[in-house]
Parts: sequence; C-alpha cells; structure tokens
Amino acid sequence: MNVIIDNIDLFWDGLLGTLMICAYAAVGSLVLGVVLGIFRVSPVPPLRWIGQAWVTVFRNCPLTVVLFFCAFGLPELGVDFPDFYLWVGILGLVLYTSAFVCEAVRSGINAVQPGQAEAARAIGLTFTQSLGLIILPQALRTVVPPLGSVLIAMVKNSALVGAFGVGGELFATVDTLTSARGLPLIPVLVGVAIGYLIITLPAGALLGLLERKVAIAR
Amino acid sequence: MIHMTGVNKHFGPLHVLRDVELTVPTGQVVVVIGPSGSGKSTLCRTINRLESIDSGRIEVDGKPLPAEGRELARLRADVGMVFQSFNLFAHKTILENVTLGPVKVRGMKADEARKLGMELLERVGIANQADKHPAQLSGGQQQRAAIARALAMKPKVMLFDEPTSALDPEMITEVLDVMISLAKDGMTMLVVTHEMGFARRAADRVVFMADGQVVEDATPESFFQNPESDRAKDFLSKILAH
Ligand SMILES: Nc1ncnc2c1ncn2[C@@H]1O[C@H](COP(=O)(O)OP(=O)(O)OP(=O)(O)O)[C@@H](O)[C@H]1O
Ligand SMILES: [Mg+2]
Repeated sequence: MNVIIDNIDLFWDGLLGTLMICAYAAVGSLVLGVVLGIFRVSPVPPLRWIGQAWVTVFRNCPLTVVLFFCAFGLPELGVDFPDFYLWVGILGLVLYTSAFVCEAVRSGINAVQPGQAEAARAIGLTFTQSLGLIILPQALRTVVPPLGSVLIAMVKNSALVGAFGVGGELFATVDTLTSARGLPLIPVLVGVAIGYLIITLPAGALLGLLERKVAIAR
Repeated sequence: MIHMTGVNKHFGPLHVLRDVELTVPTGQVVVVIGPSGSGKSTLCRTINRLESIDSGRIEVDGKPLPAEGRELARLRADVGMVFQSFNLFAHKTILENVTLGPVKVRGMKADEARKLGMELLERVGIANQADKHPAQLSGGQQQRAAIARALAMKPKVMLFDEPTSALDPEMITEVLDVMISLAKDGMTMLVVTHEMGFARRAADRVVFMADGQVVEDATPESFFQNPESDRAKDFLSKILAH
C-alpha cells in the first residue's frame, strides 16, 4: 500500500497520460469507424470494398502487430516527427479500434427496419439526408452498448502503447517503478490495475446512462 | 400522369413484370388487384424507382424517370407513397413525420410547415395525436399519419400499396374514408388493394394483374359484372365467396 501512496504522483501522471491517449484514440476511431460504417452500407461499390477491406485487415490482425508496423515499420519508410512513439501508438489504436467501431455501426444501421429508409427515399430525401436524419439517429440506439464495449476494450489495449516505450502512460509506470526504482512488482501492478479501473468503471457507468437516455428519446 | 410502356422486371430468374402497359391519366383513380405474388407491389415501387426496371419506359408527368441522384429525389418528392406497414419514422413525433419532407426537401420554413402539418393531421382526423410517437398510435391512426406525411409534399400523384391490409377490420374504414375523400378532391391515385368496396366507390378503372402481366383493364362495373379472363373470374369467385 505504501508503494502506491508514496508514488501517487507517478501513478497520477500515468493515469492522465493514459486518459490523454484514450481521448485522442476514442475520437479518432469513432470518427473513422462511423465513416467506414457508412462506407459499408453505401450504394457506391468501391466505398463498400474499402470498408470491407479495412475491417478484414484490422479486425483480424493482433493489435501488437499493428503497433509494430506503426512503431518500427513507419521509421523504415522514413516517417518521423516529434513524440513519434506517442502519436504512432495512438495511430495504431485508432486503426485497430476503428474496425470494431465500423462493425458496430454497420450492424446498428442494419438493425433499422428497411421500411424506414424506403419511406425516407419516397418523400424525396437524398441518400445523405436519409442517413443523417432517419437511419443514423435510430441506429445510435442499438449501437451504444456495443460501442461501449469497444471503447472499454480500447482503454485496456492502450496499455500496449505503453509497452512500446511511450512514457508517461499508466502501464509504463510499471517499468519506471520496478526497474528504475527497484520497487516490488505486485503492489505496483495493483496500483496500475486500480488506475485502469478508475477510468473504465466510470466510463461504463456513463455509457449506461447514455444508453438509457437514447432509449427514452423514442 | 403515369405512363408505363413495355416494362419488364426480373428478380433473378423470376420474371415479375412482363411487358406491362399502364396509364393513369391526371385525376383518375386506378385500382390494381390480383393474386399474391402477381407483381402488384413491384409495379407500384417501380413508379418512384424504389425498384429499378430491366426494360421499358416509365414517365411521370410527361418526363421519363431519372436514373439516380438529386433528379430522382426530386421526382420522388412529387410522387406520394403509402406503404402497407406505414413506415412512419419511429424516432420522430407524428407532426415531425409530416413536416420533415416539406422542411428538408422543399425548403419550407419550420412554422409554415407546422401549420401545413397541423392542417393535414386535422384533415385525416388525428390532430390530437400530433406530439405522440408512431408506436403510441393505433394502426389506423398510423396509416392516416402516413397519408398526411405523403400529402405534405403536395404530390402530383399518390401510390398506395395495400394500405389497409395490415389493419384490424374496425380501422379499415377510417383509412378508406380518407382515401375516398382524396379521390373526390381529384387526386391522381394508383391503389393496390383488395377492398372491393373502395374499388366500386372510388375507382375509375380496375386493373387486374396475374403472373406479372396486366390481364384486364376496365371500369369497376364491367370488371366486377363481366370479367373477361378465366384468371379474373377465378380470382373474383375466391375473394367474393365470403
Ligand atoms: N426483393 C425481392 N427479391 C426477390 N424476389 C422478390 C422481391 N420482391 C418481390 N419478389 C418476388 O416477386 C414476385 C412479385 O412480388 P410482389 O410483392 O410484387 O407481389 P404482390 O402482387 O404485391 O403480392 P402480395 O399480394 O403478396 O403483396 C413474388 O414472387 C415475390 O416473391
Ligand atoms: Mg404486395
């Protein structure tokens, strides 16, 4: 217990670092995933193929491999910029998570009765209008619970970004405290686990609230 | 108003519309009847291109159907459609269902659209349901709301695909009454229905379809009194038997 209290500032910094990574990655994968989900139901075949290919690749590759590509493959191609490992870590998370967001969005769209889209087209709404005004608002309801699971999984997956040498992130605290300061492993791990719970438990509660809110808006 | 010539449509190997010829002049009410699977819904849906056709020509208001995109959306705005299963927008109130089209497609101002919407809901007798969601209404009320939604676009022609067959018997009349009053007001209508009472009272012509073909096209009196084809005689004997 003392190990945690004595190093609370380090844990706290790690928590903030993880939160920051997750916030960027969540926004990125939600935006990208929704766009890809729309691609998958679009009437334009090439867009459907792009969505399909994306999901096939990133849903079926281990996150570790995706991160390896970003962290070590990109430099070989000559890509480099400040805070490289942080940003490619976020990039890897976004690429990977967006495939799952895409699938959740697609299944939500498919759960909306086909008659809704037909009625929308029949009054003269364009494809974009019927998507934005009729289909997506209704799809949102069924999409919130699976999206919640996807995002919580993403928070946990973000630990891998730390393992790739991004400092100032919750999981990286383990290495800092045990190797550099020689503290015992188990209490440090407990502290880190608590850190993740501090993020995921409220996130889960928030999603529950959101779910109830969109359900009432019928 | 609607003019179909040589229209063919396949679903895979199934030939669902065979050289269909059909004209609905402005102001006429044409009822389409025929056995299940004869292609009545498909016929209806090709007219606003919810289904595409393989060959032939369809004109609405003298213009051939546009293929895709904005042109097609504009055509659909002028062609009202009422579905068997109502298809009201589930997440919107009844009034919002009616005003959505005028605001988003016609660019009408919100308060003007609300006024129009309330007038139309009044006309179909459900003004007091305006703020409810579709699931809170009876089937008959939902279908009347769907008719109001279609009318809000000020369509040149209205298509009805079995508008009363998903309804309990006591609600059929309230929907048919609205349709009869529309017909009296001179609306051009193509109505797929098995309601013979409606056909007798409101139709100018009855079109009988079987196996994707228009088999008979006659006035209601002559069709019901002296059907020419055996298919029509057989069909009428079945539906008039009870
Ligand atoms: N989307 C589709 N894909 C494949 N086959 C279809 C499709 N829609 C309709 N069909 C088939 O086409 C034929 C005509 O169908 P349609 O719905 O037009 O008939 P209908 O006269 O309206 O019948 P009902 O009285 O049962 O509504 C049927 O055999 C039907 O199974
Ligand atoms: Mg039908």
